[in-house]
Amino acid sequence: MNERKRHTLAVLVDNESGVLSQVARLFSGKGYNIESLAVGTTDDPTVSRITIELLVDDRQIRLVSSQLRKLYPVHSVKLLDQAHSIRRELVLIKVHAANSESRNEVIQIANIFRASIIDVSVSSITLAVIGDEDKAEAIQRLLQEFGILELVRTGMVALERGQYTIDEDTKEKGEFNYGKNVL
Amino acid sequence: MEMTGSKILLECLLEQGVDTIFGYPGGTILNIYDELYRYSDKLRHILTAHEQGAAHAADGYARATGKVGVCFATSGPGATNLITGIATAYMDSSPVVFITANVNRDMIGRDSFQEVDITGITMPITKCNYLVQNVESLADTIRAGFAIARSGRPGPVLIDIPKNVTAETADYTPVPREQHKNSGRLAALLKWASHDFKAPEPNVQDIDKLVEMIAQSEKPLLICGGGVVRSRAHQEFEAFANKIDAPVAITVMGGGGFRGRNKLTTGMIGMHGSQASNMACNTCDLLIAVGCRFSDRVALDPNTFASQAKIVHIDIDRSEINKNVQTDHHIIGDAKRVLQMLLERITHQQHHDAWKQYVFSFPTETQYDENKGHLTPQQILSTIAKNLPQDTIAVTDVGQHQMWSIQHFHFDYPGQLITSGGFGAMGFGLGAALGAKVGNPDKTVLHVTGDGCFLMNEHEMATEHYYDIPIITCIFNNRSLGMVRQWQTLIYDGRYSQTDMANRTPDFVKLAEAYGLKGRHITTIEQLEEAIQEALAWGHGYVIDCAIDMDEMVRPMVEGGKHITEFIVD
Repeated sequence: MNERKRHTLAVLVDNESGVLSQVARLFSGKGYNIESLAVGTTDDPTVSRITIELLVDDRQIRLVSSQLRKLYPVHSVKLLDQAHSIRRELVLIKVHAANSESRNEVIQIANIFRASIIDVSVSSITLAVIGDEDKAEAIQRLLQEFGILELVRTGMVALERGQYTIDEDTKEKGEFNYGKNVL
Repeated sequence: MEMTGSKILLECLLEQGVDTIFGYPGGTILNIYDELYRYSDKLRHILTAHEQGAAHAADGYARATGKVGVCFATSGPGATNLITGIATAYMDSSPVVFITANVNRDMIGRDSFQEVDITGITMPITKCNYLVQNVESLADTIRAGFAIARSGRPGPVLIDIPKNVTAETADYTPVPREQHKNSGRLAALLKWASHDFKAPEPNVQDIDKLVEMIAQSEKPLLICGGGVVRSRAHQEFEAFANKIDAPVAITVMGGGGFRGRNKLTTGMIGMHGSQASNMACNTCDLLIAVGCRFSDRVALDPNTFASQAKIVHIDIDRSEINKNVQTDHHIIGDAKRVLQMLLERITHQQHHDAWKQYVFSFPTETQYDENKGHLTPQQILSTIAKNLPQDTIAVTDVGQHQMWSIQHFHFDYPGQLITSGGFGAMGFGLGAALGAKVGNPDKTVLHVTGDGCFLMNEHEMATEHYYDIPIITCIFNNRSLGMVRQWQTLIYDGRYSQTDMANRTPDFVKLAEAYGLKGRHITTIEQLEEAIQEALAWGHGYVIDCAIDMDEMVRPMVEGGKHITEFIVD
């Protein structure tokens, strides 16, 4: 119950200034560290989707997700069960590769991980790899010996498997929206 | 019609039925005050001595009238001076719209004179806040701000308007309040929240389940929380309590939600709750909490709270469910509507005589020893109650005098008790009393305070005098920070660190006189009666400085986090 584990929250919000900081401050105000954060617009340009991953216990995730639902710019919140969701992030890695031998080896590793090579220079190769955190960590470990010059990740994005969406009308969602009705 | 942002703002206030504003002008809000000059026949502006006083006054006005309070302040320090007031309103779910001006749009972010990111600062203490980007969106933003402040669980909203927006012009068409939700931000919000525009209803199955639980219960207990007050559901609550014949414990914020003279009341619950309330809570088999959030001052130890009972939580705010105390069932809805639906479905009058007999074998009120040769808090409060009209509005500050007042006064209607329950802001009282009196000119307003609290915002006596807002202030003067001292006595082995106020406070009567009010020092009941009569006859601001003993305590008391029946003093 009070064991901390990695939770994934998907949040639909108004695409407006200040909304991201409003969401983020709910976590910072409670001293929870955000492990991963990804934000982008959805098929509706007025709505953004935020995917947040954090290391907290069950009580903390319930508390923070119910307080998220209360915010006016927040439309929907869903706690994604990791077993029933697809989670992906894009990692760009610039690796030191100054001779043909190391370039070949890096290219081999890239092929095994189905990473694409997106830039090559005399002394470096840049790879793009898509996957969950295990895959990113594995390739990172292998490339370490060549010397990683730079690494950047987009943050995890996630969708539920099957036909389920974040917009489903559940009793709980109706209960949260009750208080948001305006007179 | 084409008009300036300032004029649009004031027209929007009129749309909302606003007639009173509390505030303080300054550089960036000058355009608005200039327009206000021309609106002085429609909008009454009360200039306080300090922005904090204005914030508390707007809050007190909202609590006492049930309407949305409005408060103006300028940018920078004007805005930051509001913060304690905003947080107080937020913690106690009081609907107030705060309007601040900011520097010109193109000066924002350049550390301009009196610039502060007030929307950033107030994010955690407002329901919602807005920085108005352009004059075209001003009216829509104000309409949304008011609707959000008063809807659902009420609370403060802050709207920050850059100075250039107050000067630029846009087309404005008046829209009646009922139609605001058909357009703009509110329409978008409703589209997400309810998919249609009809008022939400509590879930019928949830109601039926509670009706079933009530039928099975032999030892039911009700908790009356602040939600009953905000929803003005006092009549429904009393009918419900009478019908299921259940004792009622009242939280600090619930004062006025249940008629204090009803025989079913067990008094206050929690840290300074009565023995009857706390014992009942520990023994009941069904606990129905209406509009309360099981704060640490009520539930104390959430794990053992009402451990023998099925706990049912009725609240409008879903995020309160299972936040502090794990519940067995909940109903989401406005207290008034939920109680109406329950009343329709509970057909038979119930009787729980044995249970009531048990509960009321414990005292519902603390008796204080009256033979110690000085005024006791109880003597002061009963003398006041005897001499003031029964519908007097009591506004308190924070500390011992607050607990004594809530324990001892009997409140009859929502808005009769105005107190900073959640935030516990010392200095709240005088500002809030001004607001309560402005909103209720026909009622007597009593401001109960302590020597420490009064000193925090005593300068509002200037406002009290200038606008001739007659408030009777009663200071429980124990020459110490009484509540902190009480903890030091009980928990810190009597090490009175920085709580002795002797020779630190001024002569409050002379101070009152300096502001143009009257006052008296009191040491006996007879003097107190005379003073109250004099205050009523005089009809202007009056300060009664009652000397009480430094070591007087609020009783009973349970230490924070401990089991609800573990009284450290009886």
